[in-house]
Amino acid sequence: MKKIFANATEALDGLLRDDMLIAAGGFGLCGIPELLLQAIQDSGVKGLTFASNNAGVDNFGIGILLETRQVSKMMSSYVGENDEFMRQYLSGELEIEFNPQGTLAERMRAGGCGIPGFYTRTGVGTQVADGKEHKDFGGETYILERGIFADLSIVKAWKADETGNATFRKTARNFNPPAAMCGKVCVMEVEEIVPTGSLDPDHIHLPGIYVHRLIQGEHEKRIEQRTVRKKETA
Amino acid sequence: MPWDRNQMAERAAQELEDGMYVNLGIGIPTLVANYVGAKDITLQSENGMLGMGPFPFEGEEDPDLINAGKQTITELKRTAYFDSAQSFGMIRGGKIAVAILGAMEVSEAGDLANWMIPGKLVKGMGGAMDLVAGVGRVIVVMDHTNKHGASKLLKECTLPLTGKGVVDMIITNLGVLEVGHKGLHILETAPDVSRDDIRAATEAAIV
Repeated sequence: MKKIFANATEALDGLLRDDMLIAAGGFGLCGIPELLLQAIQDSGVKGLTFASNNAGVDNFGIGILLETRQVSKMMSSYVGENDEFMRQYLSGELEIEFNPQGTLAERMRAGGCGIPGFYTRTGVGTQVADGKEHKDFGGETYILERGIFADLSIVKAWKADETGNATFRKTARNFNPPAAMCGKVCVMEVEEIVPTGSLDPDHIHLPGIYVHRLIQGEHEKRIEQRTVRKKETA
Repeated sequence: MPWDRNQMAERAAQELEDGMYVNLGIGIPTLVANYVGAKDITLQSENGMLGMGPFPFEGEEDPDLINAGKQTITELKRTAYFDSAQSFGMIRGGKIAVAILGAMEVSEAGDLANWMIPGKLVKGMGGAMDLVAGVGRVIVVMDHTNKHGASKLLKECTLPLTGKGVVDMIITNLGVLEVGHKGLHILETAPDVSRDDIRAATEAAIV
């Protein structure tokens, strides 16, 4: 089966519907599936729930879908780099479910591994634990967190071969592998599709079994907090 | 003289031991990296990196290489990258020896509040709840009192918690305190600060 599609719109054809749950990779603006997010905006699909660590900025990342009111709920650990997000959130138009960052990542990983729930110490004694099952193991209290089973995963990798075996670059890996794993269908955008056989099989970060559709494209890769140091002058 | 930000960071760095894997929070904790000296310390960035290097020189920024504060950074020879699930796996699994974090409030039982103020903008807890629940030792670095002069070391936290009974040590501008069974112990005072000065500035029980 051929996984490579011509562009993001074609790769998403037949996969989008209103009110669906989408898991998205990325941390801040690093390693986000920017081309697929643009194609989702173009599609006009709405009422979306996103499992994504962050919510982008005003005109980039998931932020572009907030401008068009296509998102109804975010499952995230940290938001608020985004004025439109905050406006919709404070006015009650947008629902947010805060997840501790590691719990969110593990919920995705677990969903992708067929694990419907797991116990963690994270959040015990905090608001996060409200309404969740508590259980003691070895004298320590844990809470039950549920695996995420998304309708669709959208992720971004650096290079993939034609079968979807993928490699990531530096900290752009972040949530992309767990997000890819937890969707019924995963669409991946990459900077370069390379001939099958040209990636070292020992260096694959995400095996192609998790990737159903693949596109190559130009990425803006915007920097959120450009921070530099001065060269010391001798 | 109470300690300033850099002196608090320098004091916190004394808690780190050769060979440790450490996570530093945003703010004063970030400055701790400047004072590790000859100790072999590996810094974790919870967005998926061990062996975090300094900020890049201008023109050498890489959009694929950022820290948990989303700032551009650099890698070192020892650097390893991994995904977020594995990153928090090593945090939750207790592989990170120490986390040094800022705080709004700490209670005498070691409860920590540093993620939200009701009625104010809530941006989320990020990785803070995972860190305090998972790492070997949690050291808080913060001012002893808030801008109104009220103690940030309380009998009970008034703000929503980040973790319950998670703090081991508190380094403030006035001194170093340890969380004990029945309250806080003063381990050290800043120069010209007395134990009575610390008691006067602290609501939490000091034993």
